[in-house]
Amino acid sequence: MVDFSIEPGDLDHSFAASASPAGQQAPSYKVTARNVSVFYGEKQALFNVGIDILDRSVTAFIGPSGCGKSTFLRCFNRMNDTIAGARVTGEILVQGKDIYAPDVDPVQVRARVGMVFQKPNPFPKTIFENIAYGPRIHGLARSKADLEEIVVKSLQRAGLFNEVKDRLDGEGTGLSGGQQQRLCIARAIAVSPEVILMDEPCSALDPIATAKIEELIDELRENYCIVIVTHNMQQAARVSQRTAFFHLGYLVEEDTTDQIFMNPKDKRTQDYITGRFG
Amino acid sequence: MSAVAQNPSMPESDAEEAVGRFDNPALMRRRRREEVRFQAYGLIAIALSFSFLVILFGTIITNGWTAFFQTSIELPIKFDAAEIDPEGTRNPRVLAQANYQKLAYQALYEKLGLENPTRQQRRAANELLSRDMDTQLRRMVEADPSIIGTTQSVWGLASGNIDALVKGKIDRKVPQENRQVSDLQIEWIDKLTASGAMQKQFNTGLFTNFASSQPETAGLAVALIGSLYMMLIVVLLSVPFGVAAAIYLEEFAPKNRITDIIEVNINNLAAVPSIVFGLLGLAVFINFAGLPRSASLVGGLVLTLMTLPTIIIATRAAITAVPPSIREAALGIGASKVQTVFHHVLPLSLPGIITGTIIGLVQAIGETAPLLMIGMVAFVVEAPQTPLDPATALPVQIYMWATEAERGFVEKTAGATIVLLGIIAVMSIFAMILRKRYERKW
Repeated sequence: MVDFSIEPGDLDHSFAASASPAGQQAPSYKVTARNVSVFYGEKQALFNVGIDILDRSVTAFIGPSGCGKSTFLRCFNRMNDTIAGARVTGEILVQGKDIYAPDVDPVQVRARVGMVFQKPNPFPKTIFENIAYGPRIHGLARSKADLEEIVVKSLQRAGLFNEVKDRLDGEGTGLSGGQQQRLCIARAIAVSPEVILMDEPCSALDPIATAKIEELIDELRENYCIVIVTHNMQQAARVSQRTAFFHLGYLVEEDTTDQIFMNPKDKRTQDYITGRFG
Repeated sequence: MSAVAQNPSMPESDAEEAVGRFDNPALMRRRRREEVRFQAYGLIAIALSFSFLVILFGTIITNGWTAFFQTSIELPIKFDAAEIDPEGTRNPRVLAQANYQKLAYQALYEKLGLENPTRQQRRAANELLSRDMDTQLRRMVEADPSIIGTTQSVWGLASGNIDALVKGKIDRKVPQENRQVSDLQIEWIDKLTASGAMQKQFNTGLFTNFASSQPETAGLAVALIGSLYMMLIVVLLSVPFGVAAAIYLEEFAPKNRITDIIEVNINNLAAVPSIVFGLLGLAVFINFAGLPRSASLVGGLVLTLMTLPTIIIATRAAITAVPPSIREAALGIGASKVQTVFHHVLPLSLPGIITGTIIGLVQAIGETAPLLMIGMVAFVVEAPQTPLDPATALPVQIYMWATEAERGFVEKTAGATIVLLGIIAVMSIFAMILRKRYERKW
């Protein structure tokens, strides 16, 4: 079995030069995956993948359907645990702590690593309740005023506040698709996660809503480590700083986005980028 | 033609062929005929079932509505101290044993203007009154002994035959020999009716009276209390157990052979004939556990067993109908499995659970066979104080009345059916309102 994943050492150098303008500090990795394999029952969906993901940047996972990019993304918040028969081996460190260690509570992991899904999935509750739910179950707000502050801040960060400030007690499901997705992003950041995972967040949206989300992702990059799965290569090129290309369960190539799109090293990456398969 | 318009580059011959294929008039006629025929079948089916429904409700209501009214006679009853309590002790024992029926008859003779009635006249007059007048008068005296020695105006029930005649169920034109009411009695009835002393009044006794061999004083009280106790037991037991079982099976249980077998068996359980549950109740609750016969507790337990599969199946269906994206959303922000279920999945599946539960309850309230097995078909003359006392249930009471020979019980049977159907209709409407209120779309 060939391991196509790239050792962290290979990238440190090139990366430091391109992404960090100051170039003085060693890059800070938020998430580090080593030898991650995922099995669905007998079938292996992901083969020994390793990657380092930088804080305060956007990393895109691209690849054809069924290549394992979403599966890999779902390892970062142990969402695969909820699928019957799914098994994950290897280790994933978030902030230096292995989230698959036996003493780790997967529910806590999901609070630290937020997720935005393919289809906007607000709770069928009010806009306020949608965002307040997370802080409430995690005890993040000491008072009602605290909670309101969190809700407003989260909505502001998600660029939704001005559109919904007059109807916080309206149904979250009554918003437009793009607004719903931004509501979901606000809901995710309300619990102050360290990492935000986005699984094709724009695939159900129209181009204008997509543009807004992309803009938002770019803003959120200032404060969060974002990993986005997309099958839209233009989107990966627009929003991400680094890109990883997956194929048939292997991580083929991972580099700066410019490098991947302008000068891919692997033949398969090149074929995919130029539209020859996928 | 349209094919040509869309494809101007298409060669002429190909276009014509396409027209031939899609515009074949024979094919089109056949297709339209099929559609018309299918719709006609549907309409016929609906019309048939609707007319059956109308016939069913029509017969029940025309037969049964008179059961809600009962012919009563106003009598000036002399509560004669010499007759009731000759020694003046007011001993409850003495009061209970007095001949109240005689007081009623005497008041009736007076009302009819019979100074010195002959034996024949007395017998004919006695037949006008319900033989349960004594109970009514005794209760009055027991409630307030101070009425002894006074004359009270009392509305007493007419006998079943007289009631039937007044309601037109006995034909006056039939010759006297073939009629259960004599000409003399008819004459008295007309006289009393004309003076306003005989009237049809709303029959509260239908709801407040206990079992009786006289149709005019037989009521549904025992059955209503029995059914109420049983429904309470069913709700208290089958809803929590059923919903909990469904949640566990749907959200927490691992999918393996054992849960598969459990699932299949729950579905099979829903199809088990109800009489089998009755046998089970007889064997387990009465013979093994030693619970009393005819008790609504046992009835409730048996009906709980019957209702459980319905509630489990309905709840599971309601839970599966909640989109997985809601679960992912909750799990994704760090809600635990239990929080996800109780904060999101359960509230969203509530309308389905409520509907399923009420369907189960409606089934249970109309169930007869298992209750016969555990002896709830009993002649109960006093109100069941606890679920451990002997009681009957509404459908069982209908069954018991339907097997009585007397004319008045036919009317009672239909009346009780209206009550049962009314309760079921109210429950269904309640289910509909709740479902509408909590229904959500996404």
